[in-house]
Amino acid sequence: MNGDKLHTVTLNTEKCRGCVTCMKRCPTEAIRVRDGKASIIYDRCISCGECVRLCPHHAKLPTYDPFDVINSFKYKIAVPAPTLFAQFPGLRDINVVLSALLEIGFDDVYEVGRAAELVSEASKIIFNRGEVKLPAISTACPAVLELILSRYHNMVDNLLPVQAPADIAAQLAREKAERKGIPPEDIGVFFISPCPAKVLALKEGIGLMQSRFDGILSISEVCLRLQGVVNKMTPDKVKSLSKMGRLGISWAKTGGESNGLYNDRYLAADGIENVISVLDALEDKTLSSVDFIELNACPGGCVGGVLTVENPFIAKARIQAINKILPDHLNSLAATGKSLSFYTWEKAPDKTEGLLLSEDRQNAMQKMIAINEIYAKLPMADCGLCGAPSCKAFAEDIVNGRIPKDSKCPRLEKEKQDDAE
Amino acid sequence: MDCVSLRYDVSGSNFAAAGSATEDVRKHLKMLGVKGEDIRRIAIAMYEAEINMVIHAGGGVAEVVIYVDKIVVKLIDQGKGIADIEQAMQPGFSTASEEIRQLGFGAGMGLPNMKKYTDEFLVESEVGKGTTVTMAVYFG
Repeated sequence: MNGDKLHTVTLNTEKCRGCVTCMKRCPTEAIRVRDGKASIIYDRCISCGECVRLCPHHAKLPTYDPFDVINSFKYKIAVPAPTLFAQFPGLRDINVVLSALLEIGFDDVYEVGRAAELVSEASKIIFNRGEVKLPAISTACPAVLELILSRYHNMVDNLLPVQAPADIAAQLAREKAERKGIPPEDIGVFFISPCPAKVLALKEGIGLMQSRFDGILSISEVCLRLQGVVNKMTPDKVKSLSKMGRLGISWAKTGGESNGLYNDRYLAADGIENVISVLDALEDKTLSSVDFIELNACPGGCVGGVLTVENPFIAKARIQAINKILPDHLNSLAATGKSLSFYTWEKAPDKTEGLLLSEDRQNAMQKMIAINEIYAKLPMADCGLCGAPSCKAFAEDIVNGRIPKDSKCPRLEKEKQDDAE
Repeated sequence: MDCVSLRYDVSGSNFAAAGSATEDVRKHLKMLGVKGEDIRRIAIAMYEAEINMVIHAGGGVAEVVIYVDKIVVKLIDQGKGIADIEQAMQPGFSTASEEIRQLGFGAGMGLPNMKKYTDEFLVESEVGKGTTVTMAVYFG
């Protein structure tokens, strides 16, 4: 576990009311309420953004770079996630949004969807060569990837070892700029992200030797700047910049990546709770009817990311509408001219220990015995009054030293008090 | 010697809940840092046994003891029992009803798989009284 990992979600302590909504719904039990405020145990956080989505007081702040970060570079390239195009009502031409990006300060654009089309083709080759254990699991959602690496070690060999389309887009965009003769130090490449998980993954360069981005912006902040420009865009200002088909833009929604494999033997699920139920159901079992599993932490897929503006289902419908006027795909491995290794992981991401009590088995056993002893005396109501999401988590916190050894269950204390009276 | 004891009620004819004891055991083993392959072996065997209790015995109890170097799982039911254990151990032999088969269970691989994936395996049964399956996996 990496103690100094980027904190993808932080708390606005003034807005936090200490309600237990985020704590109860955090899929990895990474939140506690201490002194009336929510606090995140970052070692356990998979950056899924669920707490941001659920907080009724908007106290959870997802991390991303301020827009002005682009001004540190002379030649600025925007690398927008396909979800960006679903944020504009009635959009029929992606070029309108791409041209607007040039107007708000970028010098070039490179759609992630282009790289997604290449990843789809590369994935098919990896499949056909039998280079991944089936059913292969998509690695496109970094929150799901983190979840598997930390808690589902028996499924790590099933992970599809391809780079994130955004990382490939960054590389191709940079090479394109260098071919134009722009000095490498002048080039800044910026992802426009739908979610905090991608902010973390692309900043860390998961599966890579190092990050390929100079900044990660949020779709919502970029949209604020784009909206007015898009509304005022006249046909003469619209440049022909898009080079992405249905295949690429469809990665924004669940099922898009699966469809790109042109193979019906797939399972696609979204929403972090559903993802966990699928992983629990499939771990250690053979599933003969499926070759590919696509799992997205957000409802609907990336369109449901917490850095987006539009309702995920409306966004999905917009993608469908745009799809109608796009060709199937516009990018191919042959035309790009890179070898397969250009698309695969430079290094496999490390497993982490999301559940391990202690490296020493004997010590872990003693801790587990202690946890079970404490737990057996708790009301098992999982009420959250103590500041832990469940009675089990409360017992674990005592044994792991997160809270004092003599911490009491407030519910039992109250019962004792009532009995005394 | 230190050991972790767990006990689960497995309710009969509830397919939706079948496997939940196995899932909880799997989580405990992960917390102890047991190797993935060993977790896989006991999880497959225990899941088969849980399903068997649901299909054939109207539920029962699962008693699990985890030691530093092994896990012992005992599944106890008061079902109809197995008349011929040797026959029941033959791959493909099944007494499951057509309805159960329609659900994708009852292929006759339960007991053979439990034996295959575990290091120790014992079935004790008496017709009309019930069945106890005991399995152990040693951690590598």
